[in-house]
Amino acid sequence: MATAFDNAIKRGDSQEGGNVPVVAVENLRKTFGNHTVLNGISLTIVRGETLAVLGRSGTGKSVLLRLIIRLERPDSGSIRIQGQNIAGLALDQMGEIRKRMGFLFQHAALYDSLTVAENVAFPLQHHRREMSKSERIDRVKQLLTEVGMEGDLDKMPSEISGGMQKRVGLARALALEPEILLLDEPTAGLDPISSGEINELILKLQRERQMASIVVTHDLHSARTIADRLALLHEGNVVIEGTFVDLQQSGIEIVKKFLDQSLGDICRVWHG
Amino acid sequence: MSDRRSIAVAGIHTHESARSDLRSSSAEGVAAGLFKGFFEWFGSLGIFSWRVLRAGSTPPFEWRELIRQLDEVGSKSLPLVALAGAAIGVVISLEARYSLSRFGAKSLFPATLVYSVVQVMGPVITGLVVSGRVGAGIGAELASMKVTEQIDAIEASAVNPYRLLAATRILACILMLPLLTLAADACGLLTGWFAQSLAEPLSFHQFISSGFNGATFNAFLPPTFKTAVYGLIIGLIACFQGMRTRGGAAGVGRAATNSVVLASLFLILADVVLVKFILVFFP
Repeated sequence: MATAFDNAIKRGDSQEGGNVPVVAVENLRKTFGNHTVLNGISLTIVRGETLAVLGRSGTGKSVLLRLIIRLERPDSGSIRIQGQNIAGLALDQMGEIRKRMGFLFQHAALYDSLTVAENVAFPLQHHRREMSKSERIDRVKQLLTEVGMEGDLDKMPSEISGGMQKRVGLARALALEPEILLLDEPTAGLDPISSGEINELILKLQRERQMASIVVTHDLHSARTIADRLALLHEGNVVIEGTFVDLQQSGIEIVKKFLDQSLGDICRVWHG
Repeated sequence: MSDRRSIAVAGIHTHESARSDLRSSSAEGVAAGLFKGFFEWFGSLGIFSWRVLRAGSTPPFEWRELIRQLDEVGSKSLPLVALAGAAIGVVISLEARYSLSRFGAKSLFPATLVYSVVQVMGPVITGLVVSGRVGAGIGAELASMKVTEQIDAIEASAVNPYRLLAATRILACILMLPLLTLAADACGLLTGWFAQSLAEPLSFHQFISSGFNGATFNAFLPPTFKTAVYGLIIGLIACFQGMRTRGGAAGVGRAATNSVVLASLFLILADVVLVKFILVFFP
């Protein structure tokens, strides 16, 4: 029986001519005390693809992202980034992997003692030491222009709105030109217009940069807009993985319930 | 009474004996929890120290952040430390004059003041003042960064937070404490002499030459440089408490309080060991 990992390897062969998916998670298990958050899940993603991980609050979606970038350690299972198992890597080796990844935190996690421009310059200062100051400033301006924040370089994070903070967080995540982008609830807590703008921005970046992206969200509309594939997490397991149409045609009770509730919410927002 | 005893002997618990069993078992549970927590705390501190040491001793070094922290710990603590040192100088001067007069040993006043300030009060007062100002500041700052995921963001950016945040702050505390102690000592001696000269005219030159008469480096350097250990304690405990915080605003408050309380406590306990060490190795 072919596993998700094997399938993704085949997909990677056919799509990119490579032999491994960019991110491959296999039989991942994570518990906090007596509470099992992830119960042996497997997921894969190839270059240029966007996977949306859906699920109710507390189903371990954010934990999955934190495990992939190794802010948490799994109890068992493996995570391979571009074919390399990250479980046994030393901190410096993991640092090299992290340089190829961008992470947008749910609440942006901007450094509150630094300005918007300094936040975006932070990864460049530490990992592009060969860059001159003027080159760095140009790069920061370019990144902030990409996310529509070019007029707020000298503002402090506390002086800008939540949506703007997410844009700056996204610019910071893109600073080192990552091959993998991890987005934790990019539209959570935003009004529909700001959510739409963030979705457009993510789509634009995907088209231009061809990164592999994993988007964790419980916003079905956002997931449908930006993702190629969707995976629904429930009680620590992946209940279904496929396109939005696959989810719509599924007879699984929890999938139907999740779609009904989410689509109902969207209709209520749209029609008042 | 005899009935109750006979019931207990028969293996049947009365309400009272059951309650007493419950009390003793819950007391045992609390004691075991405290014991476990105590060793867990020290174990975590050991692991944290090792990570900071390893991160701080390997390149790339965070010079810019270190300089920022030297300013934060050193320059910004200077007014407070100088004021505390000055106050202690006056207090010792008043107390010493009164006590020495009673025993007819007024001529010993300069030496008493110099030794009291430089060997005992200056280092401890500097340590406690810095522990309060810097310990609380570092604890609260790092705790706030922890609960808002800023430390995770640093790690996700492939920057080692133990190197960037902890090693720089601890090193700044180690380097700055002896210098701040010198400043506190100088202020203490100056105000001590001034307070004395208001009561009985005494030239500063006479006060200094008499106070330091026969003094060796061993008498003054070890007590000053032992404050580097205080710096290590303050920096290490504040960074440790800050970076292990959980639980939002309440957690930040707890981290700040615990940083000050634990750093001050360990500082005083360390002083006991350090004084004995200095007496043995620098007689």
